[in-house]
Amino acid sequence: MKEIINLPVQSIEEEEYHINMGPQHPSTHGVLRLVVTLQGEIVKKLQPHCGYIHRGIEKMCEKDTYQQIIHLTDRMDYLSAHINNHAVCLLVEGALEVEVPERVKYIRTILDELNRIASHQLWWSSFGMDLGGLTCFFYGLRDREHILDIFEESFGSRLLHSYYTPGGLMRDVHPNFQKRVKDFLKYNRKKIKDYDRILSGNVIFLERSKGVGVLSKELAINYGVTGPSGRGSGWACDIRKKHPYAMYDKVEFREVLRHEGDTYSRYMVRIDEMRESMNIIEQLIDNIPEGDFSAKMKPIIRLPEGEYYQCVESARGELGIYCISDGNKNPVRMKFRTPSFVNLGVLDKISREMKIADLVAIGASLDLVIPDIDR
Amino acid sequence: MDSEKLTDKILEIVPEAQQEENKQFLTFLIPPDKLKTLTTHLKEEKELDFDYLFCLTGVDWGTELGVVYHLTSTSLNHSVELKVKTDNRETPEFDTVTDLWMTADFFEREVWDLFGIRFTGHPDLRRILLEEDWVGYPMRKDYTDEVNIVEL
Repeated sequence: MKEIINLPVQSIEEEEYHINMGPQHPSTHGVLRLVVTLQGEIVKKLQPHCGYIHRGIEKMCEKDTYQQIIHLTDRMDYLSAHINNHAVCLLVEGALEVEVPERVKYIRTILDELNRIASHQLWWSSFGMDLGGLTCFFYGLRDREHILDIFEESFGSRLLHSYYTPGGLMRDVHPNFQKRVKDFLKYNRKKIKDYDRILSGNVIFLERSKGVGVLSKELAINYGVTGPSGRGSGWACDIRKKHPYAMYDKVEFREVLRHEGDTYSRYMVRIDEMRESMNIIEQLIDNIPEGDFSAKMKPIIRLPEGEYYQCVESARGELGIYCISDGNKNPVRMKFRTPSFVNLGVLDKISREMKIADLVAIGASLDLVIPDIDR
Repeated sequence: MDSEKLTDKILEIVPEAQQEENKQFLTFLIPPDKLKTLTTHLKEEKELDFDYLFCLTGVDWGTELGVVYHLTSTSLNHSVELKVKTDNRETPEFDTVTDLWMTADFFEREVWDLFGIRFTGHPDLRRILLEEDWVGYPMRKDYTDEVNIVEL
């Protein structure tokens, strides 16, 4: 008995140990493995291991035509499939100097924003669930269903649309489209108030998100953290404002900025962005001009020899496509600068010296989509 | 800064830089040994202030391997594209830019993984998308893999 008492007291908090979060972990929302070095409960270091669903999309693009590439981009950030398609279409249209009809621009902008709302709703659902509020998951998915129904009615698919083609759209939208979108806006305005009531002012939620995972503006720029995560740190990085495409230079909307840089400000940016997206749709939905749904394009697209870069604002940040063409029907090199891949890089920096439970909140607030990281 | 002044400024720092024709960006081909000097100047000088590296791409041009850097300044709103190329396909190597832009960390690991280009001074150069024991660099044009790549 005496011997036991005389043993040197060694606190567990002095030792460092590693745990694996993932590849199968509910809070990573996919197959991402985080090797976390811990001292007690405190995160000392974090190493992301990605590539579990690497499909070699960039390599496949080198064998594909531009119309085929659109179908691959759906599979990167599957929650903003329209916006990914839009990037390829703008790249091709810009290179060929094709002017798309006004109607196409209107419909594309509306669909992009609907897609952004759907993406943010799913993010809100899973964010609440990660922090223990299961109600959010049901509420968010219930409301997102309305958008997916609108998508399904117009072009038959709910998640991976491939609806945009270089020069326009696959086919015209359903005659009910305008009415259903307006009904949805009316419905969603009420529901967003519910989101605030359930989560935004909740004491437990505030305790777990305020001051957690602070990212300064300088760091956000240095790490290239774009999208709502970057705007939560006060960096005005919205591509829709900086390099407007489609109808974004003709509609009025506010670039949502917050300056605290913590998990809560990243959360609030997304909530406010849903409102801004609805404002954009409201300005456009009654004024969709009549006309063709596609410009005349050649069946085989060959980009002139040269290099092209096109960026769009996806739901997660700046999606850039860098393309080198030698004049053939498939590109020499197609590089996707995906927002999740870049945003993942900052996770180690901002989660150090935080508790492991906070890591879940920080990871969720960056809104990572794993196929977007692995490509 | 407008593109003429920017061109003069870059040519002043690196006289060997060759300007290339490009509609979108001001593009320069830089000798690999001058990359570190130029990027440090671009980042640190107040009137240039290139604080955001928004894209870093590895490219295989067939005979040459290389890297393309896209830089912009968030305060002054000017952009530039830099290219480095090498004929050495056995052990291609460039200086890292991770000490200037942390976003280059993942980008350079990806280029190492898929193109086999080493970056001197990178803190943790490991494969990022493929497994550690993968043989070869799949994004190179001369890469062949009878098992994993199906030719149609």
